[in-house]
Amino acid sequence: MAIALKRVTGHAPRMVWHHETDLTGVDLVVLPGGFSYGDYLRCGAMAAHSPIMPAVRAHADKGGHILGVCNGFQILTETGLLPGALLRNANLRFLSQDCHLRVEAEATPFTHRWKKGDVFRAPLAHGDGNYTADPATLEALEGEGRIAFRYADAKGRVQADDTGCNPNGSVNSIAGIVSKNNRICGMMPHPEDLVDPLMGGEDGLPLFEGLVEALVR
Amino acid sequence: MNKPVTVDLSLAREFGLTAEEYGRVLSIMGRTPSLTELGVFSVMWSEHCSYKSSRKWLRGLPTTAPWVIHGPGENAGVVDIGEGYAAIFKMESHNHPSFIEPYQGAATGVGGILRDVFTMGARPIANLNALRFGSPENPNTRRIVDGVVRGIGGYGNCVGVPTVGGEINFHPAYDGNPLVNAMTVGLARKDRIFLSAAAGIGNPVIYVGSRTGRDGIHGATMSSAEFDEDALSKRPTVQVGDPFIEKLLIEACLELMETDAIVAIQDMGAAGLTSSSVEMAGKGGVGIDLDLDAVPQREPNMTAYEMMLSESQERMLMVLRPDRTELARKIFEKWELDFAIIGHLTETGHIVVRHKGQVEADIPLAPLADQAPVYDRPAQKPSIPAPLGAVHAPLSLDAMLLELVASPDLCSRAWVWNQYDSTVGGQTVRRPGAADAAIVKIEDSTLGLALTTDCTPRYCQADPRTGGAQAVAEAWRNITATGARPLAVTDNLNFGNPEKPEIMGQFVAAIEGMAEACTMLDFPVVSGNVSLYNETRAPDGSVRAILPTPAIGGLGVFEDVRKAVGLGMQADKDVVLLGATRGELGQSVWLREILGREEGAPPPVDLAVERRNGDFVRGEILAGAITACHDVADGGILVAAAEMVMASGIGCELESPDSGMRPEAFWFGEDQARYLACVDDGAALCARAAKAGVPARIIARSGGNDLILPNGVTISAARMNVAHGTFFPALMDA
Repeated sequence: MAIALKRVTGHAPRMVWHHETDLTGVDLVVLPGGFSYGDYLRCGAMAAHSPIMPAVRAHADKGGHILGVCNGFQILTETGLLPGALLRNANLRFLSQDCHLRVEAEATPFTHRWKKGDVFRAPLAHGDGNYTADPATLEALEGEGRIAFRYADAKGRVQADDTGCNPNGSVNSIAGIVSKNNRICGMMPHPEDLVDPLMGGEDGLPLFEGLVEALVR
Repeated sequence: MNKPVTVDLSLAREFGLTAEEYGRVLSIMGRTPSLTELGVFSVMWSEHCSYKSSRKWLRGLPTTAPWVIHGPGENAGVVDIGEGYAAIFKMESHNHPSFIEPYQGAATGVGGILRDVFTMGARPIANLNALRFGSPENPNTRRIVDGVVRGIGGYGNCVGVPTVGGEINFHPAYDGNPLVNAMTVGLARKDRIFLSAAAGIGNPVIYVGSRTGRDGIHGATMSSAEFDEDALSKRPTVQVGDPFIEKLLIEACLELMETDAIVAIQDMGAAGLTSSSVEMAGKGGVGIDLDLDAVPQREPNMTAYEMMLSESQERMLMVLRPDRTELARKIFEKWELDFAIIGHLTETGHIVVRHKGQVEADIPLAPLADQAPVYDRPAQKPSIPAPLGAVHAPLSLDAMLLELVASPDLCSRAWVWNQYDSTVGGQTVRRPGAADAAIVKIEDSTLGLALTTDCTPRYCQADPRTGGAQAVAEAWRNITATGARPLAVTDNLNFGNPEKPEIMGQFVAAIEGMAEACTMLDFPVVSGNVSLYNETRAPDGSVRAILPTPAIGGLGVFEDVRKAVGLGMQADKDVVLLGATRGELGQSVWLREILGREEGAPPPVDLAVERRNGDFVRGEILAGAITACHDVADGGILVAAAEMVMASGIGCELESPDSGMRPEAFWFGEDQARYLACVDDGAALCARAAKAGVPARIIARSGGNDLILPNGVTISAARMNVAHGTFFPALMDA
């Protein structure tokens, strides 16, 4: 993630230690993937209580931008900054593969470089990416246009009960969501792993370029 | 072990020492050893730690080249890859634990090999593995595959090191003894490499990482004996891994390595605190005093014996400059890891272990190392396999191809790969299955590495010498087929009981073959591991040894990784076959899968031809002429072509061979030193090949989405992929 951010912005991001408590002067907080605290408890549950998290929450309260990818998404749901939860993948195995994402909301800082319905490729690598939420939350997310990305096949077909299109079994094929103010985005796949043709493509670039544009505007 | 135990020959035997070896212990000590001392001798002189059966023969392997910085003898091998960087790598087995407890056995195998690499100052950048499982029909196989794959993924994914490659075979010879060989590749500045020889009398000895518990006691001894039906009762000797602690340990050690604090460092692997302290002090020619009361402990009332022999994971031992101890302590406290001064170096030349005011062990180090047993065990020269007589294809070419691409040894490994994070870190240029070797980039550089693991055990069983050479040649070929320059190998020599002359004969012959190939291909062995006693005793008393499996982990380098090529078929190309085809069907996958026979001699390995063909192919890749390349290996030309088509979904139309041999021999023979290459101008490539003395012919034109066979039958890439992708899900998810 740090490599991708540096590649797109030209600046190395500031790395923040979990014991720090201050995020003053930060435009964008990124919670990257990984296995925080080993994820021996529910994924992200320990990290949600780490000393830096009050500052992340304060950043959100001020309307700051936050991107959470993979474990970062899990941490965002565990802190309640985004609704829902990530369950074990439907096949109960870790999944590491490419998936296709269909852009569902184009009016967010994370997606505005795409058009609604665009399809792009992204690697995913997780054991617990099966998004779920209670019916009222789902209705709100869908109704308010807060589904950022859905799992799809290469042609953009979304089919929640087909593991070819929806590898981890997420409800409504949800791969990424945004907060009410569109400033917080959580997603399971890794757009940062496809920002260099040498690594197989630049499918993830629009997300980061769009973010930079939104933040400097 | 808290009740008093009498140390005598019968206990020594229980600990795996022979009467002669125990006699040697008595003569070194001049008295009856304490329990702890006997424990130290027994693990240090175990096959696993002492290489007592193999050492004589390992000396025959070439280990030097201008680019080799450190060969065998350190925690891992180190080679110069240019621009001031060194690649540090090693492969190691965790076979016995993985049979007893597949998840933790495999997971801690990954953890152990990671430590061997980062203990030398390298950040681990890639993991690979070489796995052998029993017959798919054996009910146990499914449990073992499931646990091993989950274990490798569970550890590697969590620790954040991509698992980029590997190989898998199934054979009934592994029914009671699967092989789990894990390889790690790390990256360091070549002027910042850390070694294990202790120095500086009085310097503090530091313990960092996880606390010591009672897990894995006598693991090294367990892996130095054959299995019997009680093997599963040995589950308590298997260690339990904590990959998050490992991650913290990697970061803390690398942070400390940025300073000048470390004099020597070694991980606590097999035989834990014993082997790390003995080896560090022994290599440095100093003595070492340990105070076990200071060792961070996970359980109460542990004895000296238990602490010295515990194989608890994620622990390291360091010797520090005394004036940097506090600096080091701060770094480890920041990473929330235990840090304890547990002793110091002395000039006594002894290891002295104190616990609760008692001296529990006092052993002179020089004789412990110098008088360690070395055996020149009787070796029976393997018999020469009878050549395969005439064989006839019972099916059509297309039916046989579909059967082969669906077979356990040739089918898609995606089910396995998809459980390993292969992209974490963002430097994976070619993921598993996309090229003949995995390709990773060096961050902030154009350098890249090509990495592979290879061995063909059925060849080694039939003819260990040819099989040993072939394993090396195939690793070299797989690296070459990506365009990288092969630099060096690590080996993992898995064999049966060396006390049997026929097994020892396999071992000796395989090493001879390997040595010859490594020499001819300038591909030295820089690190490795020997795993013997891979045999299982059935309840009826019969014993089965594994197929001899000298697994090779190869490493190659790209000056410019952008020139790397994959194996996927590209559209509108000439497909050229490079290398000569005589139709070698002995020990082929075709023979086994289609005719149900494991017979004949494996294909001969001509190392001069291997070198000539490979050097030509690499040159053409780097010159940009060859744009996709795949070596022709198991299953021969037709399977290789099918694999290229399945990888990209782009088809090709094969020409009739007009080779003067039977179609099955031409299409499924496993002659060595061959490649399939995509080029724009096949005729021009063939002309250049002729000049270089490399046999070459255009065998197909690519395009469409179908493989069109010379018998006119068309098979779509999609249909092949269905056949290819069925085996693992059917075995594992049904």
